[in-house]
This record gives sequence, structure tokens and C-alpha cells, in this order.
Amino acid sequence: MDTAIYASRRRRNHISVAASIAATVIGLGWLALILGSLFWQGFSGLSLRVFLENTPPPGSDGGLLNAIVGSLIFTVLAVAFGTPIGILAGTYMAEYGRHARLTHVVRFINDILLSAPSIVVGLFIYEVMVRPMGHFSGISGAVALAVIVIPVVVRTTEDMLLLVPDTMREAAASIGLPRSLMIQKVAYRAARSGIVTGILLAVARVSGETAPLLFTALNNQFYSTNLNAPMSSLPVVIFQFALSPYKDWQKLAWTGALIITLAVLALSITARALSAARKTS
Amino acid sequence: MNLATAASSTEPRAPIDPANLKPKITLRDLDFYYGDAKALKSITMSLYENKVTAFIGPSGCGKSTLLRVLNRMYDLYPNQRASGQVSFDGTNVLDPGLDLNLLRARIGMVFQKPTPFPMSIYENIAFGIRLYEKLTKSELDQRVEQSLRRAALWEEVKDKLGANGLSLSGGQQQRLCIARTVAVRPEVILFDEPCSALDPISTAKVEELIQELAEDYTIAIVTHNMQQAARVSDKTAFMYLGELVEFDDTNKIFTSPSDRRTQDYITGRFG
Amino acid sequence: MVEVTWQGPDVSARQNVEDRARALNRLRLSDDVFRIMTRSAAMFVLAILGGVILALFLGSLPALREFGFGFLVSESWNPVTEKFGALAPVYGTLMTSFLAMLIAVPFGLLIAMFLTELCPKWLRRPIGIAIELLAGIPSIIYGIWGLFVLAPFLQQYIQPPLIKTFQNVPGLSALFEGPPYGIGIFTASLILAIMVLPFVTSISRDVFDAVPPVLKEAAYGLGCSTWEVMRYVVLPYTRVGVIGGVMLGLGRALGETMAVTFVIGNAHRISTSLLAPGTTISATIANEFTEAVGDLYTSSLIALGLILFVITFVVLAIARYLLMRIERRIG
Repeated sequence: MDTAIYASRRRRNHISVAASIAATVIGLGWLALILGSLFWQGFSGLSLRVFLENTPPPGSDGGLLNAIVGSLIFTVLAVAFGTPIGILAGTYMAEYGRHARLTHVVRFINDILLSAPSIVVGLFIYEVMVRPMGHFSGISGAVALAVIVIPVVVRTTEDMLLLVPDTMREAAASIGLPRSLMIQKVAYRAARSGIVTGILLAVARVSGETAPLLFTALNNQFYSTNLNAPMSSLPVVIFQFALSPYKDWQKLAWTGALIITLAVLALSITARALSAARKTS
Repeated sequence: MNLATAASSTEPRAPIDPANLKPKITLRDLDFYYGDAKALKSITMSLYENKVTAFIGPSGCGKSTLLRVLNRMYDLYPNQRASGQVSFDGTNVLDPGLDLNLLRARIGMVFQKPTPFPMSIYENIAFGIRLYEKLTKSELDQRVEQSLRRAALWEEVKDKLGANGLSLSGGQQQRLCIARTVAVRPEVILFDEPCSALDPISTAKVEELIQELAEDYTIAIVTHNMQQAARVSDKTAFMYLGELVEFDDTNKIFTSPSDRRTQDYITGRFG
Repeated sequence: MVEVTWQGPDVSARQNVEDRARALNRLRLSDDVFRIMTRSAAMFVLAILGGVILALFLGSLPALREFGFGFLVSESWNPVTEKFGALAPVYGTLMTSFLAMLIAVPFGLLIAMFLTELCPKWLRRPIGIAIELLAGIPSIIYGIWGLFVLAPFLQQYIQPPLIKTFQNVPGLSALFEGPPYGIGIFTASLILAIMVLPFVTSISRDVFDAVPPVLKEAAYGLGCSTWEVMRYVVLPYTRVGVIGGVMLGLGRALGETMAVTFVIGNAHRISTSLLAPGTTISATIANEFTEAVGDLYTSSLIALGLILFVITFVVLAIARYLLMRIERRIG
């Protein structure tokens, strides 16, 4: 054996292994650093006031109540608008049109919408809702977020329905069950936890979205649940406050960021736990 | 295994008097295609009322395909088509305008793998009944009980009707599926290798059940197990490479088959 | 074994065929309605895409009419004289994304190599989960961290030595000249890199995992080292999938708004220095859209959005196509 070649191969392998470990440590360390400073900055500003008072005018302190309520409303509405469409479209792709041309096209387009820039969605809704209505409004923000919910739900619904074995469909057909009932009563039931996981992921995605809200719902310094008027949301408040020169506002931005992160992490962990439970059952 | 032991595994049956045979489903020149591949070649035969007809033959011979033509199950998939005639009570099963759900309610099917729906035992049964009939709660309860009794499952599940159907053992799940089929009150029941996923004890129960059910239903069963065919059926069809090679009284097939290929198969020379 | 206690002929009694047909007929309408609803929903997904393209196109018409092709190649961005050109934001978008991928791809591949080949089994799941959770963190979090933590740090400790080191190196000095602002193209690229790292890592890990174990075992059996297996077996086998994953990450980076807007500096000019402030398409839109006065200004911003959408659409379409190809090969 040529020991020189062997030695150089060995060295090269050692270098690459070391680089790989180093990359992992640096990559994860960096992400830990981000979460660390977020928790550090965010927790120091966290108090009951944050949940009880509205966003303050410059230079004074207050809370994030209106922004939190706004974000909840946006999320609920976006899911309420987007989920039914997403589930129905996913149902078509996995059940009625499994081999149809339309399905292939929709799958391709949906995958692109899934990672399309969200700011473009904001522009789209601005053009079709805000401009015709003549003013910014909560409802247009909710619709913009619904456009982001749809592709996520379409994708998971199709995937989960495709996991339902065909024997289940045949069994349903064999007692004379019409297709729609087979889907609604048997296939949905079998795929339920997977579809719920998809909805949770969509909620997680939407709850931190900022760009689509910037010029649809805008922002509102006061407490408002009027869907026909500008409405506040956590991400937009964070954006505005973080870029402001006021220390109090910046502090609130950190706290808002912490709240969003905790909510998103909780949602993703729940979704993971659900899908893990499905796999083992 | 030789011819003698294959035959001895069943009790001798009296030859069936042709006068007692009433055709329920009659196939004439049935061809079937998966895309361009021809899977059934000009099958002509009948299933007789209140008789058990077994289909045997090596894997890929078309026996399951034939069964899936009878309730048009193949319609769920693209690129599969049948031609010829399958008459059932004066209608042609292959008629494209036929109401498939109605057809399938009249010709039930039990599958190779138990397929309980993801719902409670009670709902598994009640679900199909509600489709066709408006019953009061107590009538429905009664029907569920009768169906479960008919499938010899009642005693085992009567205290846990609310439990998920998937919590039952494999053999119980298969009987639940039989109960579910019976509950919709079909006229014909198709069994597609119903015991291949079951242990011997559960298999014996299901076989006994099939013979009992023949009192009220016309039954067709596909099996890869020759003794099973010999035990449960009145008529046996041997299929090979998409053709119906021989169709006769079970007794006759297993004692003195007239075709060389049938004899080779049941004596274990191929397949 | 079989109970004989079942009573009555009720179960096996036949129901009138006409009654059944009638019962089924009642269901037929709802069956059709449901089928049509699902199909319409599927078409609605297509309609969203069509709507986005149409709305952006119509919205940008005034600007395109006014500036024509010059919009793409002009660097000026002057709301007062109403002269708008897309060159600076387009340059910023491409440059930050390119730099971000330059950092994130090697890191992502090395981490994926660690996860699939080197990592002890018990550690594999926790790290995998951590990476996927991080991929779900909203980009605004990365943005705020970049603004308050990363930018001051770079300004104080990294950029001055960089400027000093390279000031006399011909060629490189231009890339690292000017005062240390903290914010700028370089900082934005770093933040973007951190943000897309989880995507690149998790997709690379998935495609690496899809390599048939026999292939790797055969190579290890020849006495190959881990690196050689990666370099000569895994990477060639998964090349298409890795490129697909990289393109997907690139698509994200190109369209990313919030992580960049905080730290890019929002300056409409193209400078050779990476440390200088710049802008990207999405940052320009996010910063200026609500304050834009005049139809031409708004329309120019929408035209920027159209350009961004076209670029990301092409990149994402290529990514999906490549990923589809590898899925087909494996599946």
C-alpha cells in the first residue's frame, strides 16, 4: 500500500470531518445566539402591562394589547377563509383528480405559491382590495394572509389523503357509499390528524407574516376590531417600533418578537407531536 | 400433496342437482384490460343463488380481477375496462349508465386485508344502513346487533360498541367487515382472499361463517388456498392466465378434474 | 364457534331495489355539488396565481409605459422628479441573495453531511428537529436581531479590521471601502444566510438520506473514507436534488423582506463596496409603499414587485422541476 497516498486521503478526510462538525457547531450556535438574545431582551420587557395596555405614543410606555388582539383576529380570519379552500383543493387533487392534468398543474403552481415572496401577495391584495375600497382595512389584511394559508393547507391535505390506503376507499365503495361521503366520512377521518397538523403549520406561518400586512391592514395605534378600518398586528408593530429611535418602542418590539416566537414554536411543536402520534398509532 | 389428500380434506358432498341451480349472475364473453394488457379472456360462467363459488388459480391468473368486475370496483381506477356481458337480475353490470352505488349495495365485498373504517364499531355498521334507510334509534340498534350476530361477532363486542374498529384483532376486524357488508343487505357477497391475513383459528371462524351465509346470499370467494376452496364451496372455477380453464362442482374439480392443467394445479405441480 | 342465536330473517331480508335507488338519488345532488366544489377550489389556486400576475402587471403599467425598458437599467430613484429605475434594488436583491447562498450552501451541505454520516444516532433527531423549528421562525425575528445585535457588533469589531486589512490590496479594497456603517449589503447577506441555512440543511439532509444504503455500503466496503463517500457517491447521486434545494433556498432569499429591510440601509445606489448601504426590491417596497405619493411612484413600486415575482417564479419553477425529477427517480 502506498502510504503517502493513504496519508493524504486520511488527512483530507480529517479536514472534511472537522469542517463538517465545525459547520454544525457554528450553524447551531449562531441560531442559539439569536434565540438567546431574543429571550434575554424579550423577557426583560415582559410584564402584565404588555397584555393590558395599547401601544403607546412615542416616548411613553404602554403595552401591545391592540396588536395582540389584531394578530389573533387576522390569524383566525385567515384560517377561516383559507382552510376550506385549501382542503377542498387538496381533496380534488388526491381524490377526484388524482390522475388529471389539472392536478399536476395545480401541484406545480401551488408549490411555487408556497414559497413565493409574501410581499408580492401584499401588493396583489392592495391592488384588488385596498385600491378599490379606497382605504386600508383589517379585512384586506386577513385576505392577504388567507392567500398565504391556502398553499400550505393544499399541500398537507393532498399529502395526507394520499396516505389513506386505497383499500379503505374500496371498502367504502363496496357498501355503496357515494364518493363524496366516502371522502367526508372515511378519508377525512383517517387523515384528520395530518390535516390538523397542516393547519397548525399554516397558523404558525401566518402569525409571523409582516410583509403582506404592511399595505393592506396597515397599522392602528388604538384598539380597534373594525374590519373596515386599519388594524394593528404584532409583526407590523414590531417593524415600526424597532426602526423607531425611541427606547421604549424598541423594548416593546423585542417583547413582541418574543411573544410571536413563543407562539410559533408552540404551534410547530404541537404539530410535530401530532404527526409523531399519528405515525406510532 | 396428491389428489387423494386434497380431496380427503373435504367431506364428500353429493353432486349438485342441476335443477336446484338458479343463476344469479351470468358472465358471457367477459374480457378485461389493464391498459393494453388483457387480463381476462372471454369468460363465460354463472354464479348460482345460495351457492358458494370458489375461484382458484396461481397468482396473476385473473381471479381477483374477475371478482372486481362483478361490482365494478375497477371503475375507481383509470385505464381499466371490461367488455362482454355480466347480467345480474336483468341488468348488465357493465352498462356505463348503471348506478354503481346501488350495484355495490346489492353486491357486497369483503377484502383481503380487514378494512374497518376509522370510527367506532357501532358506527362501522350503522353508517352503511343509514345511507339507504331511515330507521329509529332502536331499529338501528337492532339492525346493528343482528348484523354483528350474523357475523358471529356480537358476543365479543357487545360491551364495547363505542370502541374504535381498529382496536379489534385481525380476525375480529374481518368479521366486522363482514357484518358491515351484511348490514346493507346485499344479495351477493364477494370475498377476495378473506383469510389470507388471518391466523388459523380466525380463518376457521370465517370459513364457517361463509358457509352459513350461503343460506341467504350468493357467494363468490377468491382463494389461493385449495383446501379452503374445497371446504367452503359448492362450485369451483379454476383459472389460469386469464382464462377460465374449468368450472364444475367442487367435488368433481378436486376428485376428477377433466383438464390436465387443473389436475396439475391441485396436485401442486405448479402455481 | 358461530353463534346460532341470531333471530329473524330481518338482516337478510331484501330491501326493495326501487327504494334504494330513491335513497341514492337523494345523495346524488350533494355528491355532484361536492365534486364540483373541490374542482373549483383547485382551479381557485390557479386563479390566485393568475390574479397575482394580472394585478401586478396592470398596476405597473403606468410606470412601464412612462419608462419603458429603461426602467430596468436606470439607477435613478427620485420621487421628487418622478424618475424611477429598478437597477439598484435589482442589483441589491441579486447581490445579497448570491452572497447569502455563498455562505449558506457550504454550511448547509456540511451540516447535512454531519447529520447523515457522522452524527451519533441519539443526537440526530434533536438536531434535525431544532433545524426544522428554526426554519419556521418568522423572518422579522431575524431582522430585529440583525438590527440590534449583529449590525452594531459588525460595525464595532468586524468591519474596521476588514477595511484596514484590505485597504491596500488591489481589487479587494473596492469591496471593503468606506466607513463602517454596520448596516448594508454585507450585513443583509449574513442575516439572509442565517435565515436560509435551515432550509438548505433540511432539504440536503432529506436528499442525502434518500441515497440507497447499499450504494454507500459498497463504497465504504472498498475502504472509502467518509469524505470520499460524500464526494464521489452521495453528492453525484443527489446532485439534482441538492441543486433543487439550493434553488428553493435562493427563491426564499430573493423574496425575503423583513430580515433584509431592517439592515440593508435603504439607499438607492449601487456601490462596489459590500459594506455600503444598498436596497433590495422587497425592502424598497416595504419601506416606501405606504408613503408613496403619486400614481407613478406607486406604479414603479408595483413594477418592482412584478420583477421580483418573475425572478422568484423562474427560480422556484426550476427548483421544483429539479426536486420533482429526483423524487421520481427515488420514488
